[in-house]
Amino acid sequence: MSSVQIRDVRKSFGNFEVLHGVSIPIEDGQFVVLVGPSGCGKSTLLRMLAGLENITSGTISIGDRVVNNVQPKERDIAMVFQNYALYPHMTVGENMGFSMKLRGESTDEINKRVKRAAEILALSPLLERYPRQLSGGQRQRVAMGRAIVRDPQVFLFDEPLSNLDAKLRVAMRTEIKELHQRLKTTTVYVTHDQIEAMTMADKIVVMHDGVVEQMGTPLELYDTPENQFVAGFIGSPSMNFLKGHVRVNGVATFEGPNGVKLPLKNAPAASDGRPVVYGVRPEHFTIADDGADAEIVVVEPTGSETQVFAKLGGEQVVAVFRERHQFNPGDKVKLKPDPSLVHLFDDATGKRL
Amino acid sequence: MAVMAESAVAQVKRSSMWTRAFESRNFLGAMFMVPAIAILILFLAYPLALGLWLGMTDTKIGGVGRYIGFGNFVSLAKDSVFWLSVFNTIFYTFAASIVKFAIGLYLALLLNERLPFKSMVRAIVLLPFVVPTVLSAIAFWWIYDSQFSIISWVLLKAGLITHYIDFLGDPWNARWSVVAANIWRGVPFVAITLLAGLQTISPSLYEAANLDGATNLQRFRHITLPMLSPIIAVVMTFSVLMTFTDFQLIYTITRGGPINATHLMATLSFQRAITGGNLGEGAAISNAMIPFLVAAILLSFFGLQRSRWQQGGRD
Repeated sequence: MSSVQIRDVRKSFGNFEVLHGVSIPIEDGQFVVLVGPSGCGKSTLLRMLAGLENITSGTISIGDRVVNNVQPKERDIAMVFQNYALYPHMTVGENMGFSMKLRGESTDEINKRVKRAAEILALSPLLERYPRQLSGGQRQRVAMGRAIVRDPQVFLFDEPLSNLDAKLRVAMRTEIKELHQRLKTTTVYVTHDQIEAMTMADKIVVMHDGVVEQMGTPLELYDTPENQFVAGFIGSPSMNFLKGHVRVNGVATFEGPNGVKLPLKNAPAASDGRPVVYGVRPEHFTIADDGADAEIVVVEPTGSETQVFAKLGGEQVVAVFRERHQFNPGDKVKLKPDPSLVHLFDDATGKRL
Repeated sequence: MAVMAESAVAQVKRSSMWTRAFESRNFLGAMFMVPAIAILILFLAYPLALGLWLGMTDTKIGGVGRYIGFGNFVSLAKDSVFWLSVFNTIFYTFAASIVKFAIGLYLALLLNERLPFKSMVRAIVLLPFVVPTVLSAIAFWWIYDSQFSIISWVLLKAGLITHYIDFLGDPWNARWSVVAANIWRGVPFVAITLLAGLQTISPSLYEAANLDGATNLQRFRHITLPMLSPIIAVVMTFSVLMTFTDFQLIYTITRGGPINATHLMATLSFQRAITGGNLGEGAAISNAMIPFLVAAILLSFFGLQRSRWQQGGRD
């Protein structure tokens, strides 16, 4: 196990820069998730960490050692690929023991370590099978087993669950988290799925267009997103944004599209008339008599909660209720955001106010 | 009235029989196979049977043959030229196939890397395959000419030899010369097919092996070779079959000479049957190739049996 330091790392393909100076400190034993939309550079960064891509500038160190010019095999890392990259002509056991075989370790030692990893992952009955004979979830576990056998300083995961069906994904998510709690190996995990990020990470790094937008614990990102991008990316269904102005008239309020008035806890400095974006999460709406007028468009019950799409000041917003309100399309309701949980962003820069 | 009604009923019956027949999967399936079967019988089975029959007769050109059983084979068994052609064919096939495989694999690996002008290099590699065989054979004939050979000229100018090499006059020189020509012609097929095989290997396997600590050589030994083995089996079967039955190169460059040193079974068969007029004996020589070809096909059939790792599903 060891810490990982990524300092001002840049990556260019030809003249095209895809990473514009990324710095991420990763503590020993931490589970860090790099999350962002496709094309944000998260996979490239992971591959640079693995040594599969060159580093254009900046440094990456694993432990105390700068690894910019260290061969992948000497970095003491293990990677789980999106397509698992299992060797099709080797059995599960051979796949898992391949790295040890290459290092010239004894058959006894290889068998011992493979057996132990197989027990951890419940793969023992499958050791003689070939990858083709396994289901997606089993292949995924073999890929993890191959990583575990190596007992590396750092685990790297490159979107490992994206080839699985929804149910299996949830199960494997828990399994990976459990595995990390058991082995406590430093882990860097790349995904585009913010739910995976929220549920698994000790620390989330939100990336967008080759820069880090924000890093922090899952709840920090959820509660205090630093900008509109992070606010919109984290959380499902995503946060509602309304453009408008701050009005300070004794109490601060937000004046949205078509003059809709929404409450504010406190006004940002020098703010009367300032153009802002008002952000409110779907779960922070309540039905209240002093709420703003809205018209129900669509109601989607999921059992545990109900998603309600409504027109608020002409804009479509989503609200989520755990209570079972009786709504029908066309109904008029009064929606009220919880002022203490409302987010305000600068209209021009998108920064949190 | 009654007659008309009856014939109308018959009409309906007949058309419904046709309709039913065309709706039957078995009938339709048989109908679709008819053209293929006709072509196979007309152009493959019939000539093969005719050849087998001819080999059992003493047919001469222009004459009607008599059935003589295995008479041709008995006389061939005592014929030293026939046995020389068998040796030549086996030598030619093995020497050329081994070198073609080695060079082809090397080129395929090279072309699979990132190269400048990659597609152009690939096109150039394919050239020998595109040039008509007889044209390239004539070019080789000139290259091997005893007086005008460019190889001899270059070596002489370089001071490496003192007189022109007699490429096609000496038995072993001639054998190696035609093998070289066959290699030149056959390498593109092996190289391009193996390249296609290499491109189906997922790059992430190499990345995984790289992280697992494999050196270049270990990656080749543990990833490339096993993943490529099914394609290698197919390519080498085809290569062996094509080389074993080769005719054009030999016939154009040496005509089997000197003193039958480069006669293959195919060229000897042609010489005895068409040039010499002994159709029966020529056919018998051709038929003698069949056991060798069957052996090669069987070998590849068992070699090609999908290994366990290629089979899908659960056991």
